[in-house]
Amino acid sequence: MSAINWFKYSSPHSFYPLAGRMVPWFLGAAALFGITGLYVAFFVAPTDFQQGESYRIIFIHVPAAWMSMFIYLVMAGWAGAGLVFNTRLSGMMARALAPTGAMFTFLALWTGALWGKPTWGTWWVWDARLTSELILLFLYIGFLSLTAAIEDDRRADRAGAVLALVGVVNIPIIYFSVVWWNTLHQGASVSLKSAPKMATTMLLGMLLLAVAFWLYSLAAAMLRVRSIIREREPRAAAED
Amino acid sequence: MSLWTLIVQRDLRIAWRRRSDALSSLFFFIIVVSLFPLGVGPEPGTLRLMASGVLWVAALLATLLSLGRLFAADHLDGTLEQMLLAEEPLWLVVAAKVCAHWLTSGLPLVLLSPLMGLQFGLQAEEIAVLTGALLLGTPVLSLIGAIGAALTVGLRAGSVLLALLVLPLYIPVLVFGAAASGAHASGLAVTPHFSILGALLLASIALAPWTAALALRISME
Repeated sequence: MSAINWFKYSSPHSFYPLAGRMVPWFLGAAALFGITGLYVAFFVAPTDFQQGESYRIIFIHVPAAWMSMFIYLVMAGWAGAGLVFNTRLSGMMARALAPTGAMFTFLALWTGALWGKPTWGTWWVWDARLTSELILLFLYIGFLSLTAAIEDDRRADRAGAVLALVGVVNIPIIYFSVVWWNTLHQGASVSLKSAPKMATTMLLGMLLLAVAFWLYSLAAAMLRVRSIIREREPRAAAED
Repeated sequence: MSLWTLIVQRDLRIAWRRRSDALSSLFFFIIVVSLFPLGVGPEPGTLRLMASGVLWVAALLATLLSLGRLFAADHLDGTLEQMLLAEEPLWLVVAAKVCAHWLTSGLPLVLLSPLMGLQFGLQAEEIAVLTGALLLGTPVLSLIGAIGAALTVGLRAGSVLLALLVLPLYIPVLVFGAAASGAHASGLAVTPHFSILGALLLASIALAPWTAALALRISME
């Protein structure tokens, strides 16, 4: 019985070719799930009797919001692993994930605004969820600008890791504070919490697109981590 | 304990010799607060409504302005490296420096806030709530800010970056601090807000010096 070497792919040297082999598969699967999900979203899911066709943006909006939070958690996980095990690849992964996470956060806010206009009559409300999603975008921007400002790569990785972990500790507190703030001010006249029960086909479309987004994020992170390896450790990339 | 008093004394002495630094962030606070009535209009009702929010945001910005000084001078003259090499735990050094920072930047804001409250036509009790909340909240601002200051030590775009990193993390303090005044205005109990501010203070006392020390080691390696 041979022991599995869990750290085999934690070196950029062996991860570079693996990432290269995985990218097309993830991209292909993402396209497959994406097309199926969009088909369900546009042709199978029934028209909402209250919101008409405009609700269909939910199929992009909700998976994007899920991914925005999930990617931050994964990023903080890599950051923590990088600080604990002092592995080079962890910091690279955290930095490779951040732009995708920020993109999905922006996408969630943008589609939310587009959805809010026809249904609520306003582009933006200071609802607790919207506000905390906006703050999440600020946290991503903080991470991206800190890592971009530090020239030494190792220092940038580790400083970013500390910031990502501080952010993760703060996210529940921020969310809780925003919910409290919102209920105290009674600002939003529209609540997202009283959403009607969803039809199964709607849920199916959302899940399919969530899987597609997830696979896309993996592919994007792999591509980006390959670029980072090529930039920092040209020799690891050259042997591929 | 002697290390603690030593560092606090040293930082206070330095701050006293460079009084203009601390004074300018204090005047920044006063000017920002005074700009709001000019921008919004002198309507007493509106001003009273927004007083606590304005004072809190101004306190956040003023703290941010002074945070750059927390490690910068020590970094430039090499003292920070000696502190990293010292036998004493680094988090204790950081905690002492944060304490001195609060005494020179946070405490003056707290002491000045009743006066600024009068500018906005607040009543005595409202002023007491606002000042109490600031007393509990401003140390948290210094503590969380120390993490950001440690991460950005010696960077070119340090001060702008510091704002990007730290301001989102300040949101809970802002929300609960300003909400204490809001609760008082609508006749609710303020104690829950003070309890949460106290909890935030205790949690950041426990975690922030340690995290800032880790960040300093990363920045200085």
